[in-house]
Amino acid sequence: MRPGHCLSFLAVLLGATVVPAHAATIQITIDNLVFAPAEITAHVGDTIEWINKDVFAHTATARNGDFDVTTPPKKTVTSVLKKAGSVEYYCRYHPNMKAVLTIAP
Amino acid sequence: MFIRLSAAIAALSLLGSAALAQGAKPTDPQIAHIAYTAGVLDINAAKQAITKASNKDVKAFAQDMVRDHEAVNKQALDLVKKLKVTPEDNDTSKTLSKQAADKLAELNKLKGAEYDKAYVANEVAYHKAVNGALETQLIPSASNAELKSLLQTGLKIFQGHQQHAEQVAAKLK
Repeated sequence: MRPGHCLSFLAVLLGATVVPAHAATIQITIDNLVFAPAEITAHVGDTIEWINKDVFAHTATARNGDFDVTTPPKKTVTSVLKKAGSVEYYCRYHPNMKAVLTIAP
Repeated sequence: MFIRLSAAIAALSLLGSAALAQGAKPTDPQIAHIAYTAGVLDINAAKQAITKASNKDVKAFAQDMVRDHEAVNKQALDLVKKLKVTPEDNDTSKTLSKQAADKLAELNKLKGAEYDKAYVANEVAYHKAVNGALETQLIPSASNAELKSLLQTGLKIFQGHQQHAEQVAAKLK
């Protein structure tokens, strides 16, 4: 095994042991063109489960560019929060859909 | 441009005037027909835009229109089937179709950036007119609760389209 492989192996090990200690999974539902809950607090490293119950495709797009998740109709998509901040997000296809995600460090 | 947009809006405002004179509210079968027709017309306009538009945001917007309006219309068809309602053609649907056909022919003569601008401007005006008709006429007149609820979902989707079209239009300037 070359040193590069050892390092990435170590990274996987660390990732596997460290992250689950505080990472939570948070559900945000999109139903009838509404993000629910409209405001929620999470932490860096948490996973968001975007549950799209609509027959329409939507996106959850951060206004500050931190994330841009596309949720196909009737599908659940997950994304991991990488940066702290209070992020306003909206749907690019239906900009009247808006919500806020507060990400604590 | 102003005159052309006014024509499209005039077609929809027929809902409030000639088509529904004598205080007659549209019936559920007529409402279903108008809503479905309005969707089909926007899909046709979008299909033209997918082949003619040169700006990538305009093309993407047109693809969004096809996808969403097909999804809404599929729900509408499922609902009328379930309710055993046969959508009924009416003067409003006919006028809308006629105006849309004229508009398509007119847009077809344009090219490049000129086409893109005209298509998006018409999308803003068209969605605004449809949303006005939904809010003031179609939703209040619908008697079946499920039809009313589908129209309300449609209104939210189309308000989203209107804002999206306004954003695309602003970027084209």
